[in-house]
Amino acid sequence: MCEVNQRMMNEKEQLFHDIGVIDFVIVEMQLYLNTHPTDKEAMDYLSHYVRMKNQAMREYAMKFGPLSISDADGCQQNEWKWVMQPWPWEGGC
Amino acid sequence: MWCYEKRLQFPVNIKEPNAKLAQVIMSQFGGPDGELAASQRYLSQRYATPYREVVGTLTDIGTEELAHMEMISAIVYQLTKDLSMDEIVNSGFDKYYVDHTAGLWPQAAGGIPFNACVFQSKGDVITDLFEDMAAEQKARSTYDNILRLVRDYPDVYEPIKFLRAREVVHFQRFGEALRIVQDKLDGKNFYAFNPGFDKCKS
Repeated sequence: MCEVNQRMMNEKEQLFHDIGVIDFVIVEMQLYLNTHPTDKEAMDYLSHYVRMKNQAMREYAMKFGPLSISDADGCQQNEWKWVMQPWPWEGGC
Repeated sequence: MWCYEKRLQFPVNIKEPNAKLAQVIMSQFGGPDGELAASQRYLSQRYATPYREVVGTLTDIGTEELAHMEMISAIVYQLTKDLSMDEIVNSGFDKYYVDHTAGLWPQAAGGIPFNACVFQSKGDVITDLFEDMAAEQKARSTYDNILRLVRDYPDVYEPIKFLRAREVVHFQRFGEALRIVQDKLDGKNFYAFNPGFDKCKS
């Protein structure tokens, strides 16, 4: 049981970390493209990461609760996790 | 963190510029009961708030206030677009124009610059929620005053009417948040001291 919890925890932390990394790529590409709006290669690069982020956000919402309200429909539980889970400045996320 | 959606919460499409109206509506951007103050009030108060439901209310209403600030800014922008020099002088907009041209800058209708002293973040959830409810009522009164001034301008009237209605909803939600806090108060906390800072003696 303890081992299962540990695995869940690791998966949650890993996915959360991945979302942070993917989103930072998107932020950087968005700023770059604003001043280089015809760079096709950069646009493809951004699209790839936007798809990855959407997928990761959906997966996180389904398993652990939504990080963004647009993923709140991915949760099966009858609990409004948006306010019941810790806020980012409480540490740990 | 925040994400930006490239749309207004309620459409703003003003066909005729009107610098006189812009000068009064501007107050809901940078005035004492404006949307900038509202957003910074709620988003600042969140951190010292001990109950997660209340933090959710402050986060989500604070975020919506940013969208309202964008609506007000869009209204002021459209009302001051393509003004002639005659319109600028005759409407009294020249005093704003000299410092900001047609740029958006947070000030009250009377020309007083935005100041963080128009809101409080007290670190006491009861104190803060009472302020928040009062702030929603003050903003509602300001929108009522604006509505009386823009009655003949439907392009301006409709988005302002929407914003006024949101003040009423926010007041209601803050009232519910205050009720949640009061329900959670320690039975020995007769004087409703700060539940996030003071502790009851057992």
